[in-house]
Amino acid sequence: MGKLFAVAVTVITLVSVAFFVMHTWWMPVDISTTGPAIDHQLEETMTGAGLLFLGGQLLLGLFVWQSSDKNPARKIKIFPGGANPLVAAAIILVGIEILTLTFVGSKAWAAVNLAPAAADSLHIDVQAEQFAFYFRYAGPDGQFGGLHPDKIDDGSGNYFGLDPANDVAARDDVVVGSLVIPVNRPILLSLHSKDVGHSFYVPELRIQQDFVPGIEIPVHFTATQTGKWEIVCTQLCGLGHYNMKAYLQVMSEADYEQWLKGQEGQ
Amino acid sequence: MHETSASHAAHQHTAPTSFIRKHVFSLDHKVIGKQYYDLALVAVFIGMGLSWLMRLHLGWPAWPIPLLDKLSAVGAPAGVMTPEYYLSLMTMHGTIMVFFVLTNAPFSAFGNYFLPIQIGAEDMAFPRFNMMSFWTIFVAFIVMMAAFFVTDGPPIAGWTSYAPLSAVGGDAGPGMKVGQTLWAVSIAIFCISSLLGALNFIATTLDLRTKGMSLARMPLSTWAWFVTAVIALLAFAALLPATILLILDRVAGTSFFIPAGLVLSDKLQPHSGGSPLLWQHLFWFFGHPEVYIAILPSIGIVSHIIPVFARKPLLGPRAAIGCIMATGFLSYMVWGHHMFVSGMSPFSANLFSVPTLFITIPMTILTLLLIGSVYGAKMRFTAASLFCLGFISVFISGGISGFFLAQPSIDIYLHATYFVVAHFHFVMAVASIFGVFAGTYFWFPKMFGRMMNEGLGKLHFWLTFIGVYCIFMPMHYLGMAGNVRRYSAFTDDYLIPLIPVHRFITIAALLTGAAQFIFLFNLIWSRFKGPIASENPWEATSLEWSTTSPPPFDNFGGKHMVVYNGPDEYGVQSSDGKDYIMQTSPDKAPAH
Repeated sequence: MGKLFAVAVTVITLVSVAFFVMHTWWMPVDISTTGPAIDHQLEETMTGAGLLFLGGQLLLGLFVWQSSDKNPARKIKIFPGGANPLVAAAIILVGIEILTLTFVGSKAWAAVNLAPAAADSLHIDVQAEQFAFYFRYAGPDGQFGGLHPDKIDDGSGNYFGLDPANDVAARDDVVVGSLVIPVNRPILLSLHSKDVGHSFYVPELRIQQDFVPGIEIPVHFTATQTGKWEIVCTQLCGLGHYNMKAYLQVMSEADYEQWLKGQEGQ
Repeated sequence: MHETSASHAAHQHTAPTSFIRKHVFSLDHKVIGKQYYDLALVAVFIGMGLSWLMRLHLGWPAWPIPLLDKLSAVGAPAGVMTPEYYLSLMTMHGTIMVFFVLTNAPFSAFGNYFLPIQIGAEDMAFPRFNMMSFWTIFVAFIVMMAAFFVTDGPPIAGWTSYAPLSAVGGDAGPGMKVGQTLWAVSIAIFCISSLLGALNFIATTLDLRTKGMSLARMPLSTWAWFVTAVIALLAFAALLPATILLILDRVAGTSFFIPAGLVLSDKLQPHSGGSPLLWQHLFWFFGHPEVYIAILPSIGIVSHIIPVFARKPLLGPRAAIGCIMATGFLSYMVWGHHMFVSGMSPFSANLFSVPTLFITIPMTILTLLLIGSVYGAKMRFTAASLFCLGFISVFISGGISGFFLAQPSIDIYLHATYFVVAHFHFVMAVASIFGVFAGTYFWFPKMFGRMMNEGLGKLHFWLTFIGVYCIFMPMHYLGMAGNVRRYSAFTDDYLIPLIPVHRFITIAALLTGAAQFIFLFNLIWSRFKGPIASENPWEATSLEWSTTSPPPFDNFGGKHMVVYNGPDEYGVQSSDGKDYIMQTSPDKAPAH
């Protein structure tokens, strides 16, 4: 029975690791400037944690195999040196691993979350609601109109609660259902929610950030490839959560300007 | 302390004779322990049934599930569940499993039954509190189950019930009226029960140890229940006020968790001044320690059982105790790692990340000590010992993924994906349940005086061990591919290619779930038909094996036990020629 256990643990371990090593199911292509550091950090962690996983499981399998030896003459053995070497090994190995991960990883985190957005960032306002995202561009005046929750009316398309009758800045605001951005230009999003918690997740950007009702949360990134990707909600927001999505379209600067002009003309 | 505790332990009470006092409103910790176990058993099969329904829907969303429309004609018209009903089942699955199974079975059930016996006490310190604690949790369970039957359906906000979704009422969607209120009321009642239970465990451990039962001689299982009780006392003390505030937001018009200016169902909500992040902080201040409330008792149980079947002492018992305490201490400094993407100050992410990573040190030491205890053993392979070995394996698997999620930079990508589902299921659900299975196969003879069927037990182990890996290991891959959790269907372009993996998981979940009926059958059949158990069928040393199976009402038949040894005297020579020395044996144990 012990040998069977050892074999089972070994097979499970090797098969599990194989799918990770082969990248059978893996992260999609990275399209952001901050993504490579995150991917690198993940690969480092995968290597370190993977070795611990392999080591732990295979050692367990080996000891269980040995412990099933039915030879009556065999004497019970205590682990060489007792508990102390294992305790020391755990503290040193895991300690080094976590200190390294912390120091290296905090840089990747800082690039996404602590560094301020570039001064020339394109500022886009994002409103999440059950179960859609809406994106607002400031228009030719470069100013966003003020938000008035009492004026929100999805029926007439006033998703943000703008007041163009009394607010000049709001009159030229462009509100669309897709996030359209130019490639290689820093983007600053301001996330706010109309109703409950939501989240902004684009796996290809390696960015995930909650919308929290009552506060405005900045997110900045720079996309490095043109194309079309999905933005999905990852914070449980109600019955339509699974279907809450929008598209991210990354265009060349020229295409973007043309698109924006088209929207402003409407 | 132990000299005085012997006199405390002498509080006598006579065995009750009426049916109600014996089996229903019993003050006997053993009956209460079995009541907790039975409640957890009912809960776990309901929770598992819900996961079957969810998995079937995820694999084949359009398939009608037979009889589901009978459970809810609105939630599953013609047997095909609506997106909101999926979320209801998911919410109820998580809540039932975390609270009524993972908190109940390893801690309240086994702890109630065996903590007093393992320290040589006749009962808990406060038997009436103990009875109240069970019947309060029973009420909490009934209130939670009632949510299935309200017209608006069960709540859909998940077991974490994030505000404001959970706080604003019916405007947030179906299930958020009475169902969500019942959820909050049930959890508040549950907190009261847990606080009573935790106080009792702590007082009993500190005050009722018999002569010679120093803290260092307590079995690891008792140590784990004790530390868990301390954690539970602080954790549920945070969740209770949080749920009361949530109830007030829902029914009394307060705004603890609801800010101004929210528009739901086209209505501007009449709230202002609250903070959704406050709920998250309060919830996770409970929620993370809760993970350790679920897992530490199982670590204790496994550490207690492995030496029995390895026929050698646990490696480094003092280091293990230190690690259990360190984990309990650190568990209060890490709640923010659930909130890396929540919008709290990004500076605090590092503050929460470092202690989270540091917890892996005591956990790694505990795991290595268990592995090291198997080294050089003459292992007796029983259902109980197999589940202990399985525990080590699944605990490694679940612990390793913690390295990823503890780092904010990686969590940005993996947060709210199936990688997280895989992580917490392995580390707190599967591992904890393996501890419960091990405990059941090990202690059943003591609790019921009959042996369980070993063959069925081993079959149950193999199907479950391989099954859980087939269910939860692929979820890591789904998470790596960015598969978001809590979706009732996968309609996004990038998720559609992953559906075959979900189907594989569904089939594995159905088969693994079916294997649990072998366990249920074994449990019921052995209770009545199993071979009669001797006093000490496993040749174990701790105090529960120094009394009859099952123990008499006062646990030791009027005898005051005196303890001479630690619990790990295996692989030694006793004066009567055995390879172990009972804790109650005056034989002097050799120095290790």
